[in-house]
Amino acid sequence: MAVAAIKAYDFPPADSMDMFHGAQLLYIGWEDHLMFCAPFAFAFPPTMRFGDVVDGVLPGSFGYHPDFARIDWAKAEWFKSGKPFAPDFGKSLADNGLGHKDVIRFRTPGLTGIEGSCS
Amino acid sequence: MDMQAAKKKLGLKERYAVMTRGLDWTPSYQKMEDIYPYVAYEGIKIHDWDKWEDPFRLTMDAYWKYQAEKERKLYAIIDAFNQNNGHLNVTDARYINAVKLFISGISPLEYVAHRGFAHAGRAFPGPGPRVACLMQSIDEIRHAQTQVHSISNYNKYYNGMHDFHHAHDRVWFLSVPKSFFDDALTAGPFEFMVAIGFSFEYVLTNLLFVPFVSGAAYNGDMGTMTFGFSAQSDEARHMTLGLEVIKFILEQDPANVPIVQRWIDKWTWRGYRVLTLVAMMMDYMLPKRTMSWKEAWEIYFEENGGALFKDLARYGITMPKCAGQIALEKDHLSHQAWSTFYNYAAAANFHTWMPDDDEMKWLASKYPDSFDKLYRPRYRFWREQAAKGNRFYSKTLPMLCQVCQIPMVFTEPGEPTKTCYREVDYRDDKYHFCSDHCKKIFEDEPEKYTQAWLPVHQIYQGNCFPEGSDPTAEGFDPLAEVLKFYNLEHGRDNLDFEISEDRKNFAEWRGQATRNI
Repeated sequence: MAVAAIKAYDFPPADSMDMFHGAQLLYIGWEDHLMFCAPFAFAFPPTMRFGDVVDGVLPGSFGYHPDFARIDWAKAEWFKSGKPFAPDFGKSLADNGLGHKDVIRFRTPGLTGIEGSCS
Repeated sequence: MDMQAAKKKLGLKERYAVMTRGLDWTPSYQKMEDIYPYVAYEGIKIHDWDKWEDPFRLTMDAYWKYQAEKERKLYAIIDAFNQNNGHLNVTDARYINAVKLFISGISPLEYVAHRGFAHAGRAFPGPGPRVACLMQSIDEIRHAQTQVHSISNYNKYYNGMHDFHHAHDRVWFLSVPKSFFDDALTAGPFEFMVAIGFSFEYVLTNLLFVPFVSGAAYNGDMGTMTFGFSAQSDEARHMTLGLEVIKFILEQDPANVPIVQRWIDKWTWRGYRVLTLVAMMMDYMLPKRTMSWKEAWEIYFEENGGALFKDLARYGITMPKCAGQIALEKDHLSHQAWSTFYNYAAAANFHTWMPDDDEMKWLASKYPDSFDKLYRPRYRFWREQAAKGNRFYSKTLPMLCQVCQIPMVFTEPGEPTKTCYREVDYRDDKYHFCSDHCKKIFEDEPEKYTQAWLPVHQIYQGNCFPEGSDPTAEGFDPLAEVLKFYNLEHGRDNLDFEISEDRKNFAEWRGQATRNI
């Protein structure tokens, strides 16, 4: 369907990649840890190493949770748009196939939040 | 010379006819479609505007007289409340945060409703709906004004309300109510009437005003309670208008039915998502609770709304499809919302806190299927951490839904431990949604929602810093700059209630009022 309008209705989107000064948006969620109320939104250069996101950025965002220090990243399961995804930590976001406004999440087997409540 | 016999005074009905429909005329030197350019493009077919039945027979002169009388009474009570330091009689200072939510989240909507009804009224060729829209338009601006006047007294003593309208246009969570109304305002006049007149004013209004007004009454806030009661007779008129709009459109042409059904589905969901704020207000922000969100939803939507949609079945209208999902969310909505504001308490214009033991007990009794299992452990942890001086403040921006603009905090229907993710590829970009219903709204009109002003994305684009600030400068603190852009002061308007100036001042002033110190 299209919007009903009195004349041609064509406007640029508000969040195209060219608006972000060379960065692209990436959303990251941690499964079973809803103490963080929503997945986080980040603006990263596409050339950033995936491993630098995990080592350099995620601790600042998720580190408050007692489970975070217990994560074994080798065992973490990743999903991109809900489908299994195998990121290469040594490669860039772009080389991992991550584009503007992609959403990824990770599951950390054995870690299910405060008292197992998925918080 | 004959004596001129005095003309018989007009009866109410005649008087009404003369003062409303009698004021209309048929243009002779302009085309109807030029005068009313917005009446056809939405696809709604109206064959006979005279079939509109005026739901209330009120003429403009009677309107002024009646409203003036009401407002004289209202302002007398507001004066008395202010002069007697009525703000110190509220249950406790946490309550004032519900007032902050109202003035920055809801009152600006009254003003936009004023504009919306003025616009819709202008767009309709029929004099009946035009007069009804005019009156509602004036009601709405009166409500905005009386709310600002009632609440201004709190602003003298408490933080976070000093620039509520500026906040409404900028602060991240206020984009939720703002974008809701902007969506309606930028639709055609018929959709606006179904969106606001019917879905919001008729179907959902009891879930907005009753909780705030009875919340005020239960918590000793006479000022807010009085404007609520003063607005109530107007609200009754608005509800009648909303219902008449629906019946009129549906009776005019069967082709209108599917269009109206789509609008009802859309706007019930859009309105419900805005009510997320009310849900958490009811369950967390009122020191003296009136009823739980879940109970309110069951009474005002499931029972009353159920009867309404049974009544509309004869036109071919069915219960909005989202009702099923809402029923699944009612055990979780307020807890997920309060957790969100607890996460982002550094970036809001009101305070949050953890419920005390008695309140946890109340929550567990109202939400036996969800609270102890899913939310109490989280709160217990947060409370322990706060006691150790490690209160949780999330400093990373959340991902937002493209349509309702709420952070993606909602869980899969029936699976309350799994975040609900939905996405759509449109043209060159991806768009994300909190639910199937928001996704469907996007898919129906993607050109509209790709333009959404999403606060998180706007911050990352650099559009939410004060003029002249340099995001590339060393030591640039984005959160601090965003707060300046919001005109909020860190440490005073935001953060936890426990450490707030509001809490300290209220305790001190109440102490002075009740003890000899």
